[in-house]
Amino acid sequence: MAIKERMSGNEAVSYAIKQINPDVMPAFPITPSTEIPQMVSTYIANGEIDTEFIPVESEHSSMSAAIGASAAGARTLTATSSAGLAFMWEELLLAASNRLPIALALVLRTLSGPININCDHSDGMGARDTGWIQIYAENNQEAYDNFIQAYRIAEHKDVKLPIMICQDGFITSHAVENIELLEDEKVKNFVGEYQPEEYLLNPGKPISVGPYAVTNYVMEGKKNQLIALENAKQVILDVAKEFAGISGREYGFFGEYKTEDADYIILLIGSAAGTAKDAADQLRKEGVKAGILKLRVFRPFPAKEIAQALKNCKAAAILDRCESYNTNGGVLGSEVTAALYQNKIMIETVNYMYGLGGRDFTVEDARGVFEDLRNIVEHNAAPEQFKYIGLR
Amino acid sequence: MNQEIEIRWHGRGGQGAKTAALLLADVAFKTGKYVQGFPEYGPERMGAPITAYNRISDDRIRVHSNIYDPDYVVVVDETLLHSVDVTAGLKKDGAIIINTAKTPEEVRPQLNGYEGRVVTVDARNISEEALGKYFPNSPMLAAVVATSGVMGKEQFLKEMEASYKHKFAKKPEVIAGNMKALEMAFDAVGC
Repeated sequence: MAIKERMSGNEAVSYAIKQINPDVMPAFPITPSTEIPQMVSTYIANGEIDTEFIPVESEHSSMSAAIGASAAGARTLTATSSAGLAFMWEELLLAASNRLPIALALVLRTLSGPININCDHSDGMGARDTGWIQIYAENNQEAYDNFIQAYRIAEHKDVKLPIMICQDGFITSHAVENIELLEDEKVKNFVGEYQPEEYLLNPGKPISVGPYAVTNYVMEGKKNQLIALENAKQVILDVAKEFAGISGREYGFFGEYKTEDADYIILLIGSAAGTAKDAADQLRKEGVKAGILKLRVFRPFPAKEIAQALKNCKAAAILDRCESYNTNGGVLGSEVTAALYQNKIMIETVNYMYGLGGRDFTVEDARGVFEDLRNIVEHNAAPEQFKYIGLR
Repeated sequence: MNQEIEIRWHGRGGQGAKTAALLLADVAFKTGKYVQGFPEYGPERMGAPITAYNRISDDRIRVHSNIYDPDYVVVVDETLLHSVDVTAGLKKDGAIIINTAKTPEEVRPQLNGYEGRVVTVDARNISEEALGKYFPNSPMLAAVVATSGVMGKEQFLKEMEASYKHKFAKKPEVIAGNMKALEMAFDAVGC
């Protein structure tokens, strides 16, 4: 039976790591993800797991060491946030292009400047073109559940790609909330042993990792990487289905809350989804058909599925928690509207920017967004394409 | 108690307001409640004003925002009354619990016209008597539990003893003093 507990998001991910007992964890501390290597190294010091912990001098090195360990054939992970992820930039691309199924616990935090330690999605979204799988959590439960599913997706023979398991810095990483944990044995059986097909420490089948490719091979390498990411879609769904079997908790590319008959839908990522659901419930009581689409899998991007989920609503708000400085909206705003256009779904949309540097997002804020959408539809108001929420 | 209560803590970095909020989440969880305990981080340093929050509910909690209309406010350091609007949004049928040697009548003029219940607890005196040192968070935790009625005294003390045994596994000598501080504060509030 499920174990009822209470813990923070960082504790939840660390607990999942303990239950998985991976082979190698290189890490360098950075707020707000520091607790994860701290807790994991405590588990190691107490003899509860036998993961090899490598203290390094920077994130450039932690990801480099993770690449080396993973290429050698070890089940590998690290954790970081913000500038730490930015400092891994070059290595993130190497991990993905060398098809190394590394797991990264990303605790989302803004990027400078101004320097700030609080949550937004600048770090995760900034890494959107690095070839990693990215899965985002609303709360501690999802962070835990997603981490337990991570290696099954990343290590699958049709995928073999690194995976980021993301949660909102402080908002979930440092908030103690109720959670249901799985028994150690169940997790162990679900995740299974890692058996890489090819790895450096296999004298019977020598390979080379990361050699120079002449122009004749580069495009094919990149295309193969893309195929792997496309394959990940089915694997993510298959793993989620199997996970539901042991946990009773269901996951897909996104979570839909009262969207089926909704006139107005807010699409967003992360902890603000719960807040927006409370707003949707309030509005439903007032006779407004409001719904929430919470994106869980951002890479690979489920474009067609999102378009289908939005096709029957009158207007949708797309909420971005990072500025992309293209002067035409945020990351989700651009990608979701492109998905709608490609699928010939011509609903009204407004792209909002919210929660930068930890700016609070409240039930009232979410109600205000729904109010905007109603105005556009009921009064035929011309939608402002790109708005900030809570800007002073 | 209400279906959901919201508590806002005001303290200074290093006084343990965040720890107290997490401990409250811990004990409320043990009584079968859904809980949230979370800090709001600014530029952290010893002595800077900090805020922490609790939600305690019979139903699953989905909202992830700060608390603007709390049922209860706890002020761990009375010097904050000069610099922070501690009663902002505080519900009239709720209460503010302040760590001070003064009476409620004496501090009320500093509360921006707050008309609800004012509870004062001399956490310094209690802590120094029970622990021989000034750690205000244990007495303030007991005071907010007593004032809000989140749980009864016996259950609270029993769960706190278990929490302290876990938290202070490496220094069990401080458990008895903390337990005494909790009981003294609980009784001082007298609910």
